[in-house]
Amino acid sequence: MQNLLLTGIFLSFFIFFIPKNMKYWYTLLLLLTHILISSIWAAESIFYLSSPVSITIIPDILNYDFSLHIDKLSGFFLIVINFTSLMGFIYAYKYLEPYKRIKFELSFSIHYFSYLWLYLSMILVVCIQDGPAFIIMWEIMALSSFMLVIFNAENRTIMKTGINYLIQMHIGMIFILIAFLIAEKDSNILGFRSLDIYFSEHMNFPLFVIFFLGFGLKAGFIPLHTWLPQAHPAAPSHVSAVMSGVMIKMGIYGIMRVTASLHNDLFSIGIFVLSVSLISGVLGVMMAITQHDLKKLLAYHSIENIGIIGIGVGIGIIGTSQNMTLLSVLGYSGALLHVLNHSLFKSLLFFCAGSVLHSTKTKDVEQLGGLIKKMPYTAALFLFGSLSICGLPPFNGFISEYLIYSGMFKSLANTDLYMSFILVASITGLTLIGGLALFCFTKAFGVTFLGQPRSGKTKTAKEVSTVMLVPGFMILIVILLIGLASSIFTGPILLIVTETFNLSGLQNNFDDVRNSITKINVTGLIFIITVALIYYVRRVVLKTKIVTYGPTWGCGYTAGNSRHQYTSTSFADNFTLLAKPILRTTKSMESIGGENLFPESAVFRSKNHDIFKDFIIEYPKEFILKVLKKIAVMQTGQINHYILYAFLFILGALLLTYFKLI
Amino acid sequence: MTGLLLIILSSVFFPGIILRIKSIASGRKGPGIMQPVKDIIVLFRKNNVFSDTSSLIFQIAPAVGLTAVLCSSLLIPFADKPALINFDSDFVYFSYILALGKFFMIIAALDTGSGFEGMGANREALFSMITEPAFFILLGTFSMLTGYTSFSDIFTQFYMSDSDFVMIFSLIGVYILIQIAMIENSRFPVDDPKTHLELTMIHEVMILDNSGFDKTLIHITTYLKFAVYGSLIYNISVPAGWNIYLQLLLFAVVQALFASTVGILESFRARNRMRKNPDFILTLTAISIVAFVVVIIIRGKMI
Repeated sequence: MQNLLLTGIFLSFFIFFIPKNMKYWYTLLLLLTHILISSIWAAESIFYLSSPVSITIIPDILNYDFSLHIDKLSGFFLIVINFTSLMGFIYAYKYLEPYKRIKFELSFSIHYFSYLWLYLSMILVVCIQDGPAFIIMWEIMALSSFMLVIFNAENRTIMKTGINYLIQMHIGMIFILIAFLIAEKDSNILGFRSLDIYFSEHMNFPLFVIFFLGFGLKAGFIPLHTWLPQAHPAAPSHVSAVMSGVMIKMGIYGIMRVTASLHNDLFSIGIFVLSVSLISGVLGVMMAITQHDLKKLLAYHSIENIGIIGIGVGIGIIGTSQNMTLLSVLGYSGALLHVLNHSLFKSLLFFCAGSVLHSTKTKDVEQLGGLIKKMPYTAALFLFGSLSICGLPPFNGFISEYLIYSGMFKSLANTDLYMSFILVASITGLTLIGGLALFCFTKAFGVTFLGQPRSGKTKTAKEVSTVMLVPGFMILIVILLIGLASSIFTGPILLIVTETFNLSGLQNNFDDVRNSITKINVTGLIFIITVALIYYVRRVVLKTKIVTYGPTWGCGYTAGNSRHQYTSTSFADNFTLLAKPILRTTKSMESIGGENLFPESAVFRSKNHDIFKDFIIEYPKEFILKVLKKIAVMQTGQINHYILYAFLFILGALLLTYFKLI
Repeated sequence: MTGLLLIILSSVFFPGIILRIKSIASGRKGPGIMQPVKDIIVLFRKNNVFSDTSSLIFQIAPAVGLTAVLCSSLLIPFADKPALINFDSDFVYFSYILALGKFFMIIAALDTGSGFEGMGANREALFSMITEPAFFILLGTFSMLTGYTSFSDIFTQFYMSDSDFVMIFSLIGVYILIQIAMIENSRFPVDDPKTHLELTMIHEVMILDNSGFDKTLIHITTYLKFAVYGSLIYNISVPAGWNIYLQLLLFAVVQALFASTVGILESFRARNRMRKNPDFILTLTAISIVAFVVVIIIRGKMI
């Protein structure tokens, strides 16, 4: 089977030579083959084998053994990657169609090729333990996703965003490389295998932080997130779905892989991860609320969800340090399940946002409204996605958040002072995140799909083609499956966690967890049946009544129009007021001329700042530009000056060597 | 099962008691105790008017809201009888399922495309969001005090713990739960159900366009929600081990007292300015943090 992988890699280059109308199907075929192979590996490693699957790809070139190593953790991530990538590619079929008229064949070749390679690099990243190969795959992942982001490179801002993304990814890669090199010192192995040896002999905290900076940049923890809200809206929607759904999870994978090898400093590392995650979670969703670009809003929500996953990992590490195995298991399991959950509902939401964009040519929610009438299926999918991302039962988001919550509440009684405060802080944080997410998605759904159209953009909107809806419905099925038959998923995940992080001997308490999960599922079913029942009764009752339709109650004012509706900004207004110190919303208003007899047009603007972007990227950038501008005085454009510089340089070099300084 | 039945039973009388207390306090003769039930029957008989703008969301939201509250009531125990459904950290489920109901009510309000209802929706979203931490910290405090994490276990163990300070927590718990119930049901001092101006409403303005059967469901939801919180309050104020008949009597007394408190508060207190509401709600979180710290001290973790 390893040969199949190699052949696939070889065959991928032929995408460029396939006729235009066959390109998509050719790529799909390759993608499906690889998905099949890697799914078999994943299933073997999770369900059948107790030891990891090891596959030698290219034996012994230059004494370098290139092999894949698939343990349970890799297997889990393989499944996550496979599902979302396939759904994304199915969605792309119709989504890219309008571009066929305006784009060259080559851009499609590059796009499909990059998509395939993004997928391949992701599955290889989770399967390779070896340093150099891992870094190469990590690099290919960054490059291919860069190519995907700049699909609409004619647009200058998209190109700029892409380059920004590429630079940040490389900074992240450098951190990972440095960390691997540090770990290599003792064992002479470059890769994840060296970590066990290094961590058992040295302080863990510094190296972990370097790894965290590298992987965290990919994952998008605040303050390393600045690329995320720019790159996701710039990319085509199926790419945003894959990037946000699975690619940023590669960062989480890296952090989990490193975490599994930790030996000491666990408590401080745990606190570090937990606090960064709490900040990411709360601030991510706070910034999401103020957005009115639908895809940007979703991008900020990715940061929030990475925060939730990080909270799980953080309390997992802390639990291990305090010998609270149950806390640890539930934390890690919650985090892992949330990785899967987030990949599902986030890609679903991005698909829906993409469909809205496809259909209305805008993603500014202030111009949308009333789309539920024109795009009922997209609206329904978006609604279910919103409910799951808010962590509401009976959908999947609740299950993962519940695991984390129950770990924390259960451990609260038997801990010391500091732990109690840490746990209560995390509980409060997680609660706030939940509440804020609810605020945000009532806004996003309500303003986009409900009410009346806010501009003419929605006039031509119509439901997208079935091909674009199919991935959404397939994801919805999995979402409901996790929400209502959770044990199918939580069982294997508990197993993966106990094996990966060496936590065992708690079989009894797992029964407790399984029991609770089953009861949650039963309550979920009761909920759905009751809703259906009440709704049925309502229909029967309404049949006996006279039902009339009329305008919305306007409080006596009959000339109301769609501009009187609440907009995205006004819905968030009371929140932005409350969160002013953090969000720094600036408002400017040119008032209606006071002296003039007749009022003139007035302008009101409000702008939300991402303070981290301002302080970490924008201000330093401005400073450097300023300094460079001053240095640019030397750049006179006169050839004699340049000869003078060369002369001075040679003179300096001579003098320095003369005095034996260099 | 008993818990569920009692909640449904008490929700029938709850709004009537509030109404009676308010009439007495303002010196009016006022309507009878069954008036809200009669109102519901009247509403049930009425025809429906829907807005052209609204969609299926608007039609299904009241049903979801009611179901959410019904589901949350499944988790509430009575006396030493565990709830119909009880599991670890079930209060997380309790809170989230209520949030689901709220989610639907908020989007249903936005569904009408009315500026008024959008205003109510965004207030409701904000206030319910900042109420959550108080509830969670309170329950965290209780689970730390008792060592258990489900409603049924917490309430049966609540008075078993050897501490002499249980009464304090009971009082703090009752206070916070009353306030949360007031906010969740959009009552004083956060909201005023009897205000006549749309601009100052929260919950009432969200349901301006609901009529007939839907409005019936919404009213029932509100009454049930009151009874659910009342029954939570009962559970932490009365030890679970007492005689069952005494408990039944006490349950009626506590619910009636709770309803009277609501009535008295509404008669003698001015409502907050809208801007002050967040401060007021966040104070509850502060109080529950104080309770949490006190439990830490009592359990000897501090020293």
